[in-house]
Amino acid sequence: MTSFAELALFLVVLSDFAVLATSRLSACIRAIAFQGILLGALPLLIHLDISGHLVVLAVGTAVIKAGVLPWFLRWAIREAAVRREVEPLIGYMASVILGAAALAIAFAVANALPLRMVGTDLLVPVALVTVMIGLVVLITRSKAVTQVVGYLMLENGIFLFGLTQSERVPFLVEIGVLLDVFVGVFIMGIVVFHINREFDSISAARLTELHD
Amino acid sequence: MVLLALIAIPALGAAVAYVLSAPRRSTLLIVIAAVHVALVARLWIVPGEQALTGWLADDPLGRVILTLVSVLFLAVAQYAIEYVRVGDPPGGRAFVTCMLGFLAAATLVALSHHFALLWIGLESTTLAVAPLIYQRHDRRSLEAVWKYLVLSSVAIAFALLGVFLLATAQPSGSTGGRPLVIDDMTLRATALDPAWLRAAFVFTLIGFGTKMGLAPMHSWKPDTYGEAPCLVGGLMSGALTSCAFLGLARVASICFAAGQADFIRPALIGFGIFSLVIATAFIIGQGDIKRLLAYSSVEHMGLLVLGLGLGGTGAYGAVLHALNNGLAKAMIFLAVGNVVLVTGTSASDEIRGLLRRMPASGILLVVGLFAVTGSPPFGMFISEFTIIGAAIGEHHPWIAAAVVGLLAIIFVGIAQMILEMVYAPPVQEVERSEERGRLVIAPAALAVVVLLLGIYLPRPLTDALSSAAIELGGRAP
Repeated sequence: MTSFAELALFLVVLSDFAVLATSRLSACIRAIAFQGILLGALPLLIHLDISGHLVVLAVGTAVIKAGVLPWFLRWAIREAAVRREVEPLIGYMASVILGAAALAIAFAVANALPLRMVGTDLLVPVALVTVMIGLVVLITRSKAVTQVVGYLMLENGIFLFGLTQSERVPFLVEIGVLLDVFVGVFIMGIVVFHINREFDSISAARLTELHD
Repeated sequence: MVLLALIAIPALGAAVAYVLSAPRRSTLLIVIAAVHVALVARLWIVPGEQALTGWLADDPLGRVILTLVSVLFLAVAQYAIEYVRVGDPPGGRAFVTCMLGFLAAATLVALSHHFALLWIGLESTTLAVAPLIYQRHDRRSLEAVWKYLVLSSVAIAFALLGVFLLATAQPSGSTGGRPLVIDDMTLRATALDPAWLRAAFVFTLIGFGTKMGLAPMHSWKPDTYGEAPCLVGGLMSGALTSCAFLGLARVASICFAAGQADFIRPALIGFGIFSLVIATAFIIGQGDIKRLLAYSSVEHMGLLVLGLGLGGTGAYGAVLHALNNGLAKAMIFLAVGNVVLVTGTSASDEIRGLLRRMPASGILLVVGLFAVTGSPPFGMFISEFTIIGAAIGEHHPWIAAAVVGLLAIIFVGIAQMILEMVYAPPVQEVERSEERGRLVIAPAALAVVVLLLGIYLPRPLTDALSSAAIELGGRAP
């Protein structure tokens, strides 16, 4: 199963870069939904003994991260009638290069870590690079929806890191974390909707009234 | 059973409140708040309960924070009932639900002896207060809630990474104990991998530190407190930040037990001093009373981590300070809430002559001024004094001198604004406003509690503080 797991992790990195390189919001959301499916599949691919607990976790992750949340974000951009990211802080080419640098750093750091690996050596570097690219998206993009996508990537990266410890973190906790992320993105989505209504744009860069 | 009830009752109440009619919602809110206080009081009589195989447990440190949350919530609930009637918030239905949801989440944080459960509770507190911040439904509050959500979600995500790193630090099998269970980790702390533990501390310090509002991760705080209704500001600066401090203190206690004190103390002291400096810089010349209180909160969060980092009696002072600061902050926020309700603004130079206009709230504001700046005879004087004393006792005289200097400047800054608001003559003659007695009860009651804590600390409380201090690598004075 390891080769399948590695293929899935490779595709996770690919979807990270897809979000970095594209200006179309719908493509960003598609990429993050695809990442959600991979995240649902990974627990089953990494662990050889498949238990009921794992299956529930996999299905729950896939339903929330690949189904409900992308659908909700799509609703938000449809209501707001926005298609494209405008004027990111740094250009798409530059952010892809930044992503490549993050990839190199992630592998270097992961090699240095004295970590007992589960299943595959790729898990930790892919987790780290997903966290870093998520942060890049969160910081450099000005649309509120894209920032939510960045936050989801950050969470996905941490979820991947959590897989190294999955036999030690109990089921109840995993479901609780998943639920918190779900509610968090849900509330963010509602705020995105209100930002659109108030400002006729979902650009978070317009939020500059508050200062000292 | 009591522990589960403490979490389940407000959680169920939150769901039920959503379908009830407005007057019944208010009754439910106050009844649940009162039941919660009664159950917490029971924990003081019968301590040491456990539930869920030790994942939830009552210990002195958690009990002090839980008591703070519970008492503060009762006061805020009483205030909120009248506030909802007068202020008529647009999201009336969700308002009570979110408040009760917050109580359930904060209780979970205080009782958790499992790091992942603690994380879930802390994240839930963020989510529960977000709709409360956006309660005015205008552009400014929208900006505030967006900044708060994004910043604290990212922060709490880092804290989750920190929790996973804690699990990684634990050796597998019976040598490590049950994963992420605080009691097991403390007991077998020497078996933890130091490198992973340090990494875990760094990430949880960033994560929980942002939720506390330590500088330089405090940028959400003035915006959020400035725009949120005052009672929400009271809940957040009193209860939510204290819960985040508890999370950080729990991680610190593991690090102390594992012999990592030399690694974490400088970081805690550094963040503490830096928060004090930033708070001082922004309090001077501040033009908005709510933003001023936000920076005052940054100051006190700085004092908390400073006390924790100093060790010795500083840990005792920090836990006592969390209690005092929470109650005093809620008290002054509610008093400011009364002022904002009448004047419709929180810009300090538009508010004058409060003593004539609304004497009760004006006097409460002055009392609050002395309470939050740590003047005797209020409780915060003792806890600040303990922390400064610890700086001298642990051979950091320069830190003690710096803290005293900064606190003096902060006192002048806050006093100047509040005294002008209360005593300066109004620009044009305004009539004395009708003050609602029910909006004065809660801040007055909190003021009395803060005053009593400054005069006399009951024996069970000092015992709890002492054992909490020992747990946090310090000692009782």
